[in-house]
Amino acid sequence: MESTAHAFKANVDHALADPNLQDSLAKLKVGFSERRRQAAERLPEFEALRDRARDIKNHTLAHLDFYLEEFERKVIGLGGHVHWAPTAADARRIIAELCQSVNARTVAKSKSMVAEEIALNEHLEALGIAPIETDLGEYIIQLRNEPPSHIIAPAVHLTKDQVADTFLKHHAKLGFDKRLTERNDLVAEARYVLRQKFLDADVGLTGANFLVAETGSSMLVTNEGNADLSNTLPRMHIVLASIEKVIPTLEDAAVLLRVLARSATGQESSAYTTLNTGPKKQEDLDGPEQYHVVLLDNGRSAVLGTEMQDILRCIRCGACMNHCPVYGAVGGHAYGWVYPGPMGAVLTPQLVGVEEASNLPNASTFCGRCESVCPVRIPLPKLMRHWREREFEKHLTPKAVRQGLAMWSFVARRPALYRRLTALANRMLALFGRADGRYRALPLASGWTRFRDFPAPQPGGTFHARWAKRKT
Amino acid sequence: MSSSPAIPSIRPRRVALFVTCLVDLFRPSVGFAAVKLLEEAGCSVEVPPLQVCCGQPAYNTGDRATTRAIAAQVIDAFEGYDAVVAPSGSCGGMLSHHYPGLFDDDPAMKVRAENLAGRSYELISFLVDVLGVEKVAARYAGAVTYHDSCSGLRELGVREQPRDLLGSVQGLTLREMKTPEVCCGFGGTFCVKYPEISNAMVSEKSADIAATGADTLLAGDLGCLMNMAGKLQREGSAVRVRHVAEVLAGMGDLPAIGEPERG
Repeated sequence: MESTAHAFKANVDHALADPNLQDSLAKLKVGFSERRRQAAERLPEFEALRDRARDIKNHTLAHLDFYLEEFERKVIGLGGHVHWAPTAADARRIIAELCQSVNARTVAKSKSMVAEEIALNEHLEALGIAPIETDLGEYIIQLRNEPPSHIIAPAVHLTKDQVADTFLKHHAKLGFDKRLTERNDLVAEARYVLRQKFLDADVGLTGANFLVAETGSSMLVTNEGNADLSNTLPRMHIVLASIEKVIPTLEDAAVLLRVLARSATGQESSAYTTLNTGPKKQEDLDGPEQYHVVLLDNGRSAVLGTEMQDILRCIRCGACMNHCPVYGAVGGHAYGWVYPGPMGAVLTPQLVGVEEASNLPNASTFCGRCESVCPVRIPLPKLMRHWREREFEKHLTPKAVRQGLAMWSFVARRPALYRRLTALANRMLALFGRADGRYRALPLASGWTRFRDFPAPQPGGTFHARWAKRKT
Repeated sequence: MSSSPAIPSIRPRRVALFVTCLVDLFRPSVGFAAVKLLEEAGCSVEVPPLQVCCGQPAYNTGDRATTRAIAAQVIDAFEGYDAVVAPSGSCGGMLSHHYPGLFDDDPAMKVRAENLAGRSYELISFLVDVLGVEKVAARYAGAVTYHDSCSGLRELGVREQPRDLLGSVQGLTLREMKTPEVCCGFGGTFCVKYPEISNAMVSEKSADIAATGADTLLAGDLGCLMNMAGKLQREGSAVRVRHVAEVLAGMGDLPAIGEPERG
């Protein structure tokens, strides 16, 4: 997917002026966080599970090469194939070649953010292979030719009315020419339209929530069951997953699943949890003849051993964005690429370059709500700050900010000078603000006074000046 | 994330006030309220003269070198006191949670930073958790709502302490917001770097405040308070905005933030 992260500020203006988006966000902010809170409260050991989940991921990352090779060995033993893709281009090429090897015309896809990351759909379409999104949210945004705005709820930016209009526009030619208004009717219509596409698909492509080294299984959770149709009906199943999805054992998966669903949607577990373990065996009644796993690096291994490594623990639950007041104000599209919210603000600069995504780690108040709900305890504010440090080192910080900071720092490191200047500022601001107690406009502070009044200081001098008087 | 330290058998007597740059410049009464509360709890309060700022503007802009220089200055200025107390969760958290990490490559400074971190506190949690204060002798006629500033709440575990003390203020009733724990959109330089997002956040906060019907908004951080006061006043709201320490110290009759002197 083409990044527009560099245009973050323009994206923000657009998002704030979109009433449908603001409507959807208002619902999201209350719904997700409330459900997660209740789910966490219902499970007394939830906090302890978060610690275990963090430890499992840390252990795996410390031995990532070992577990990936173990996973590969198991997959091969099952009769499957593993393909290593260092870059997005490699992954696109591998998947296209696999599709072409069976003369595929359509690919049934279940939701995969990694597929968005490598812009797989565009690539397949250019080769004359039609990708069909089978997750309801992904299907809706595919019809609308939009990118996802949330990693677990890709169409969360849309209202029900917008979905109704989209379906009418695209399904009328299939004979569905009545505009639907009920949520269940919309789902039923999508299910009917999609069912035939499952049956027709030559290749099924899924992502993976976890890759289990112990068994060579890929594990996927959904609430729609679409992944199960994507991976059992077609004759070839391709799993596309990034390298940090591997975990040691099924026992570990059980821990991670328990924190994943609760953090994501507040469910005890997702409706469908599917393990794919190799191709169809002789005694199996159904399943794919070919089973391929494409392991994507795309810059992740470069994060290992750095101060950013903690982001590789992420299990893509979306809790950080569900609780982020910045995401809640502007939605996912403003972030300009696949991964929005706090986890995106850390991951996107890594994957598309900090020059392109320099705004993302800065657009945070460091309120810490993301870290407080992260199921694997990623210190997201700290990682965003590390990006700001790298930007500062690379001179990417905006010039006005650097100059302002340099001036402030010159004064702040000279307490006597600081006292004189703050005494002066205090006196001037207090004097001119005396009548109203506040300013409606203030030179050099328009960013503030455009939207708020600026409180004038209390008259009578700075604290330090008054304290010095009190003592004598 | 947070832990309440056990109440020590010997109370810290010699307490240094970390005034914070915003209180120094805009609202000295918060500093005097802090001094009053600490003195009433039996502390002897000093204000080290060489203090300026905790360094967050540089820290949050990614300027580590400047942050370290300012942190070193703070560490020097606050050497030797039993406790360092700030009327701010954000500045208190900077000293107690972030300074040591600045000196990972300087063992001698790291020891000093850890020493300072171990005796640095946010004011209200210091009063309650360390000094064991359970009530104050203050009056405030009104219905107040309390905003949990982010660092205080999530870094330092300040949540019940201010509510407990407010519960002892005569005449005061507390009306909770739906989401008192959600950021007000201040975020230091964030509010001027991303004014539109900050405005969306503070607008939502002001709606939450208004819905409580409270006539007064309290919080423990002046930055957040100035942001919310500025928004409420721009919207024409009559809600008065004060620092929680002012009300607890019986100084709730001063003109509120952004209001002119009477008379």
